[in-house]
Amino acid sequence: MLLPFFEWCETLWLGQAVVGSLWLFPVIEAVHLLALSVLGGAILVVDLRLLGLGLKNYSVAHLARDARPWMIGALAGLIATGIPLFLSEPIKCYYSPSFWVKMNGLAIALLFAFTIRARITSRPPADPPVRNTTRLQMLVGALSIATWVTVAAAGRWIGFS
Amino acid sequence: MSLLAFCEWLAATDGSTALRESLFMYPLVESTHVLFLLLFVGMTVVWDLRLLGLLLTAVPVTEMADRVLPWVRAGFAVMIVTGVALFYAIPVRTYQSVWFRGKLIFLVLAMLNIWYFHARVLPHAATWDRDARLPWAVRRAGLASLVLWALIIVFGRFIAYNWFDCDIQPQPQFVNWFAGCVVPPH
Repeated sequence: MLLPFFEWCETLWLGQAVVGSLWLFPVIEAVHLLALSVLGGAILVVDLRLLGLGLKNYSVAHLARDARPWMIGALAGLIATGIPLFLSEPIKCYYSPSFWVKMNGLAIALLFAFTIRARITSRPPADPPVRNTTRLQMLVGALSIATWVTVAAAGRWIGFS
Repeated sequence: MSLLAFCEWLAATDGSTALRESLFMYPLVESTHVLFLLLFVGMTVVWDLRLLGLLLTAVPVTEMADRVLPWVRAGFAVMIVTGVALFYAIPVRTYQSVWFRGKLIFLVLAMLNIWYFHARVLPHAATWDRDARLPWAVRRAGLASLVLWALIIVFGRFIAYNWFDCDIQPQPQFVNWFAGCVVPPH
């Protein structure tokens, strides 16, 4: 059903430019990895704190507020570089199970990050704080790490198929 | 024994051959190497941005060192183990890769930067620990680290591409020299 859409993607100028260049794909791919690293820091500094680790003397809300622009920026960079990478080989992606795992995982990860996780991490700490972290916070931190690791791992695996 | 001869010997060992020809083990090790960018370089970026005064400016640098750097070290340990395994699987081509050699040079520079910071800059933290905007020596270390790790990621990724491989000739003279290619005279 979606195949005609992927076939249309293949005809787009941007993808053709990447295909026609020896350097463009590797360079964009490398920038994709740089943005992935920044995303890793921006989410882990908060997710580890949700798990009661890392900067545990600071509130979740404080860390999340500081990390948020870097998370958004890294996601913007990942999407901006991911689109031309996809457009250079849409048919390969269509037939790659890893690609579909990645895209579904990405939808879940983004939805989770901007709804449940955003809500939990913006909540001001109890006054006085009862303990370092709650069970709900730990669950949200673990799920956040799990979703992004799934997206990154499936993304890497596209290259092996 | 030259390093090249050592790599050739390594490539002929059973373990190296098994890993190189494995269906899943090699991709798994490589994926682990890439996934730990999230932890290792991710937490390094958090630390460097603090040094640059761009993130978590309310957290004292010494507290960051106590609470964030252990995660950096743990991530680095996994990077080293998986990185050595990747080299072990494909020793000769990797040894003669301009990208791998460049990556090693940047790694040494990154280590020197870390050593200098911890030996000469961090011991004086008491005077600036809680400042949002830190002295130039501190910011310089953060900036150098960010640039070097970015280069290490890019060069590491490019090892996979064969543009400058020794078995693809002719190559520019610099490439053959830097990669240590053994080119038969024509």
